[in-house]
Amino acid sequence: MLTVQGINVYYGAIHALKDLSINVKQGEIVTLIGANGAGKSTLLKTLSGLLKPKTGSIEFLDKSIVNQSVQAIVKEGLIHCPEGRRVFANMSVEENLELGAYLQDSSSLAADFQRVYNTFPRLLERKKQQAGTLSGGEQQMLAMGRAIMGHPKLLLLDEPSMGLAPLLVQDIFKIIKEVNDAGTTVLLVEQNAHQALKIADRAYVLETGRVVLEGDAKELADSDEIKMAYLGH
Amino acid sequence: MKNINKKFWMGIIVALAFYGVVKVLLTTGVLSDVNQSMLLLIGVNIMLAVSLNLITGITGQFSIGHAGFMSVGAYTSAILTLDYNVPFVPAIIAGGLLAAVFGVLIGMPTLRLNGDYLAIATLGFGEIIRIIMLNTEFVGGASGLSGIPAKTTWTMLFFFTLISVVLINNFIRSTHGRACIAIRENEIAAEAMGINTTRYKIIAFTIGALFAGIAGGLSAHTFYVITPGSFNFLKSFEIIVMVVLGGLGSTAGSIVGAVFVTLLYTYLREFPEWRMIIYSIVLILMMIFRPSGLLGTTKFSFGKFGKKEAKANDAIEGSSAP
Repeated sequence: MLTVQGINVYYGAIHALKDLSINVKQGEIVTLIGANGAGKSTLLKTLSGLLKPKTGSIEFLDKSIVNQSVQAIVKEGLIHCPEGRRVFANMSVEENLELGAYLQDSSSLAADFQRVYNTFPRLLERKKQQAGTLSGGEQQMLAMGRAIMGHPKLLLLDEPSMGLAPLLVQDIFKIIKEVNDAGTTVLLVEQNAHQALKIADRAYVLETGRVVLEGDAKELADSDEIKMAYLGH
Repeated sequence: MKNINKKFWMGIIVALAFYGVVKVLLTTGVLSDVNQSMLLLIGVNIMLAVSLNLITGITGQFSIGHAGFMSVGAYTSAILTLDYNVPFVPAIIAGGLLAAVFGVLIGMPTLRLNGDYLAIATLGFGEIIRIIMLNTEFVGGASGLSGIPAKTTWTMLFFFTLISVVLINNFIRSTHGRACIAIRENEIAAEAMGINTTRYKIIAFTIGALFAGIAGGLSAHTFYVITPGSFNFLKSFEIIVMVVLGGLGSTAGSIVGAVFVTLLYTYLREFPEWRMIIYSIVLILMMIFRPSGLLGTTKFSFGKFGKKEAKANDAIEGSSAP
């Protein structure tokens, strides 16, 4: 579904992603783990078109998206749910979701709302509330719900568990699994490697802009290297 | 939707009634010429405030160059009616269109600039326009243009103002308006939702400039004389005061702000040196008692429209939810 071949991305003089290649297959949950500054978020931003790679190719559904605008990429069904939630704080929950469907035609709007409210019943309870007054967990649900409104074929989630209470983290991961079971492919960036590897099919480990390990999520979770470096056992 | 429509038509009817009453009072002489020129000034200021609100309040792009757009419209329309005998309405609209072209030009840097930097760039734009006018003989230099026919009547002004407010408000309420608000709220998230943020910023600047240009043309044809000095940055600042005072992001607020500032301006005419002091005091008081103000963090409520309907929907969806 998504094939990234040898991309190099720079922030000015800083070489952020070095000759990086990954692929994601239809229906999978693939997780990217790695320390701060490893390039995880940079990779997601590059995939969604917010950053442009200097060299390398990105193919989504067998089409190159390297030189496409963000809008065109979103339209193709590759939707990025950015780090730190970034809800539209002064709008209601409902209006936030509506903007998620910005590029969709309005005929499917009612069904989309229903789908999101079924996944996140909490959002239905709070649909008239201002997004800025929601709790952190609810805001994360809203950010994910908003991304789902855009009919993602591939959903890029950037640290959905950041800053949430442990119980909520479990909820969020459960929901990611549900969204995936309903047919959306997920590329998940996480600091919480333990939880991420539990729900993922495959994983890539990034270090300073390079893929240093890849493989089956269960196997990686059991490997000594990962345990030492990221799981703290 | 029905409620919004009903509200809309109610608003139009109230506005037309207001127009009629004032028209009668003017023709019967109950309202003096002084009152009339104050009314005209209020209308012009409403257009300026509502159009700046689209740029600053809705799209969140802080602009201190609004008087620049106004002067482009004022000079263009005045030259057209003075030197080329163009009829009034086409001249006003031509002024607005040229101002809109400048809006596109100044909108371009917003690709790169944010916040303070954008504010400084727009301030610079306004001053550049003023200095160019000041040094161009063709437009009268420092003494400006005079003898502009006073063709702005109450009727003319009222309908221009009404149409601007309705058009801008409809834009704000449309999907495009939502996109602009999303940019104000969070540019990165807006971009990730597939909103073309650059395009909408330029659209906001262009529409804002268009109506500022029209307002400029109308004001030029109200007061006979325009000089570069009447479009300095204090004028831009005055428009910002109107918008901020009324509440950033609210069309109704901008109208209230424009009326309030114009009245203040008119009644303080004899003490011009007090004006800026009073503006400042008003702004300080507002920041103390309504601190949600200055750079686009004010509470916004579309939710107030159609409350009844929303409740009914809640009941339906609440019962069907798991």
